[in-house]
Amino acid sequence: MLPVSMGQGLLLASFLFALGLVGLLVRRNVIFMLMSIEVMLNAAGLAFVVAGSRWSQPDGQVVFLFILAMAASEVSVGLALVLQLNRQFKSLDADEASVMRG
Amino acid sequence: MQAAFYIAGAIAVLSTLLMITRLNAVHALLYLVVSLLSVAIVFYTLGAPFVAALEVIVYAGAIMVLFVFVVMLLNLGDRATALERSWLTPGMWIGPSTLAVVLAVELAWLLGRSASGAAGETVVGPKEVALALYGPYLIGVELASMLLLGGLIAAYHLGRRAPEKAE
Repeated sequence: MLPVSMGQGLLLASFLFALGLVGLLVRRNVIFMLMSIEVMLNAAGLAFVVAGSRWSQPDGQVVFLFILAMAASEVSVGLALVLQLNRQFKSLDADEASVMRG
Repeated sequence: MQAAFYIAGAIAVLSTLLMITRLNAVHALLYLVVSLLSVAIVFYTLGAPFVAALEVIVYAGAIMVLFVFVVMLLNLGDRATALERSWLTPGMWIGPSTLAVVLAVELAWLLGRSASGAAGETVVGPKEVALALYGPYLIGVELASMLLLGGLIAAYHLGRRAPEKAE
């Protein structure tokens, strides 16, 4: 099996992370912001797996599993917040919720 | 294996780019699924088949199904697409894209200088991962289970319909 160079794997991870960052900064819709956060988390996990595979150790994959669990709980809470936001403001605009009211 | 890595990586970047520019939430979700599936192929080429399977099952399967459910619950129609079009003016892209391009170039430059060596020479299978996960990382598994429980309770609490005010 021909190996891949580590730098290229990390390069892919950094490009995906930057793309997720652009999505997070540009979009105003909360669903798109959550999706961009997913992309960024996935890119961070990819960097861990690349590093783990460089030294043939399972630690990178273990950390990816933790990121997976974190992403799952983050998405469930985030989507519940999206439903609440839509119920309260009848809109998915993140700017609507710029003021906190008790 | 190298060709599979490059093709899957290109598809991942391309579909993520398409995802962040879509106006319709369902189209964006489908591109995100494509991106996650190609990252799973990248994992496989890097010699991590267990994580590749989990990426397909948990990320592209479970988490994306959650997104699709919420998008269906919100019942976004053409009105939402028109609203997105009014929000996404071309001028909005300039600042964030510049920042992210600078960040990506900086990262690429640093990685080109320091990262060396070949990844994916040997396959690290589920057995090694399981031995590490339930050996030295056992406390992490416990903490992850508590985090998931907290996420479950928070999602239940937030997703509940607010009771009518009693006054």
